[in-house]
Amino acid sequence: MKPATVQELIWAGVLVALAAFWPMMSNGYWLGIGVDVMMYTALATSWMLFSGPTHYISLASAAFFGVGGFVVGSGMSDYDASFWSMLALSAVIGGVLAALIGLATLRLSGVYFVIFTLGLAEMIRNLVSWVQNNFLGSRGLYVLTDFTDAHLYWMLLVTAGCVYLLGWIISRSRLGFALRIIGGDETVARHVGINTATAKVILFTTTGVFGAIVGAIIAPRWSYIEPNQVFSPQLSFFVVIMALLGGSGRLWGPVVGVIPFLLIWNWVDSNFSNQSILVLGVAFLVIVYFLPHGFVGRIEQLRASARGRS
Amino acid sequence: MKQASAVLSVKNVTKRFGGLVAVSNMSFDVAEHEMVGIIGPNGSGKTTMINMISGVFAPTDGRISLRGRLISDAAPQIIAREGVGRTFQLVRLLPGLSVLENVMAGAVYGHKRRWGRDAEDFAHSVLERVGMDAMSHAPVSSLTYIDQKRVELARTLAGEPKVLLLDEWLAGLNPTELETGIELIHNLRNEGRTIVMVEHVMDAIRSLCDRCVVMSSGAKIAEGTTEGVLSDQDVIRAYLGDDDA
Ligand SMILES: Nc1ncnc2c1ncn2[C@@H]1O[C@H](COP(=O)(O)OP(=O)(O)OP(=O)(O)O)[C@@H](O)[C@H]1O
Ligand SMILES: [Mg+2]
Repeated sequence: MKPATVQELIWAGVLVALAAFWPMMSNGYWLGIGVDVMMYTALATSWMLFSGPTHYISLASAAFFGVGGFVVGSGMSDYDASFWSMLALSAVIGGVLAALIGLATLRLSGVYFVIFTLGLAEMIRNLVSWVQNNFLGSRGLYVLTDFTDAHLYWMLLVTAGCVYLLGWIISRSRLGFALRIIGGDETVARHVGINTATAKVILFTTTGVFGAIVGAIIAPRWSYIEPNQVFSPQLSFFVVIMALLGGSGRLWGPVVGVIPFLLIWNWVDSNFSNQSILVLGVAFLVIVYFLPHGFVGRIEQLRASARGRS
Repeated sequence: MKQASAVLSVKNVTKRFGGLVAVSNMSFDVAEHEMVGIIGPNGSGKTTMINMISGVFAPTDGRISLRGRLISDAAPQIIAREGVGRTFQLVRLLPGLSVLENVMAGAVYGHKRRWGRDAEDFAHSVLERVGMDAMSHAPVSSLTYIDQKRVELARTLAGEPKVLLLDEWLAGLNPTELETGIELIHNLRNEGRTIVMVEHVMDAIRSLCDRCVVMSSGAKIAEGTTEGVLSDQDVIRAYLGDDDA
């Protein structure tokens, strides 16, 4: 992942400002899609902060997202806590959980890392369901707030903006450069003096914090939280597919993957709901065969050849 | 008394991989500004020795110290910051990064912790020293083998190491490249650097090294001035086999 430029930051600022008007121009179906787009943009961009430069594919997004939803649900219905305090708490828990997973997976690479994160997320889902059913009472987790979809949209927009800004700062820092070196060759990284463990755990922790924040913000949309649903592994796969479809070479990559994917997904889901899993498969194939570097890679390739011709 | 002036000191170091003893009870010192060669047949444990100094793995037994400080239990990043830089027998460059960024990688996390303009300027100056500044914005995939080796050397030099470890840096070069390569290392020597070089190219060892340590099957079989060591009967036997001695 290349260091982000000032120009990119300005463009991102303009886009965030424009995106803020979406709830005024839409409602119902299209506002719902807007919420989805913001949610996955925040998740995929924060996933990219770690996985983009290091090439470690994490399938743990659902664990962090689920923690956010569960903490809000449990806090608000079992302990009468406020939404905002639970939002803050879920960020802390998501961060701690990610740091622990990061430390546990330090020695794993390649496919072992992928499988381990998926397995761990599934284990957390089962653990939380078990705890919920056996100890926390089965009254159910209700999240009743006055938030409308527009409110959730704006909160997610702010979150996505913060993820982008953090990523922008990191990509221009020593830490961001260190991650690119780690992605290139971890042995070399250590031999030039980089503490690879610290760098990886810090970035993975930010992924966990933002995953939990997004999960917490989206909780009011469901009103009723079912642990098995908020920890669904499908979300982890969605995040990876969207990020890769966009391209991991640039910080703005996920946005250009999230929007087309969600539009197609929603269209297929409402017209041929039995075939929706097929879309996932096709998306994977398209990425592997036609867009190995995502839309970003294709855009930069076209730009380079245009420059070559002129 | 040599003890006190040694920059790098290896004492009774052994490395076992399961049942295999790759390095056995090795000891040698490297003084400041000295250029020491480690030679020996294939598989004699030279790279393993370098790997233990740079921290890839810890010795099974023995101690390695840098200016009197024990480094044999430290991680590679700690040893690098203490001032040990190395190149790899099979060149290791960072594929997604430009030539300049590859060299900056060496400068940013070293003991000087350069960053931004400072790191860039310094990387350019090191690239210039190895004769590669014209290529600084090229992708590393476009480089020839010797150029890759030069960039890797530049990355190591950018960390301003107090001890430089070169693992067969001259291997795989054609005769003209070899000449350029030897001249480059000669310049490093003239700068008064402290260097440990593993090498098979005898001409290079003769013209560059003050002293040599000879390894065979993991053990040290000779140590001394380059001329003395190369005429030693044991050394000749180790290289050529018993029949020819
Ligand atoms: N990581 C490792 N695990 C197991 N065995 C190893 C490892 N590294 C080296 N060895 C073994 O240790 C012995 C010494 O290998 P080493 O690479 O140090 O030799 P070398 O002197 O550098 O040889 P060459 O001149 O071919 O580079 C060999 O038998 C090798 O197979
Ligand atoms: Mg070797």
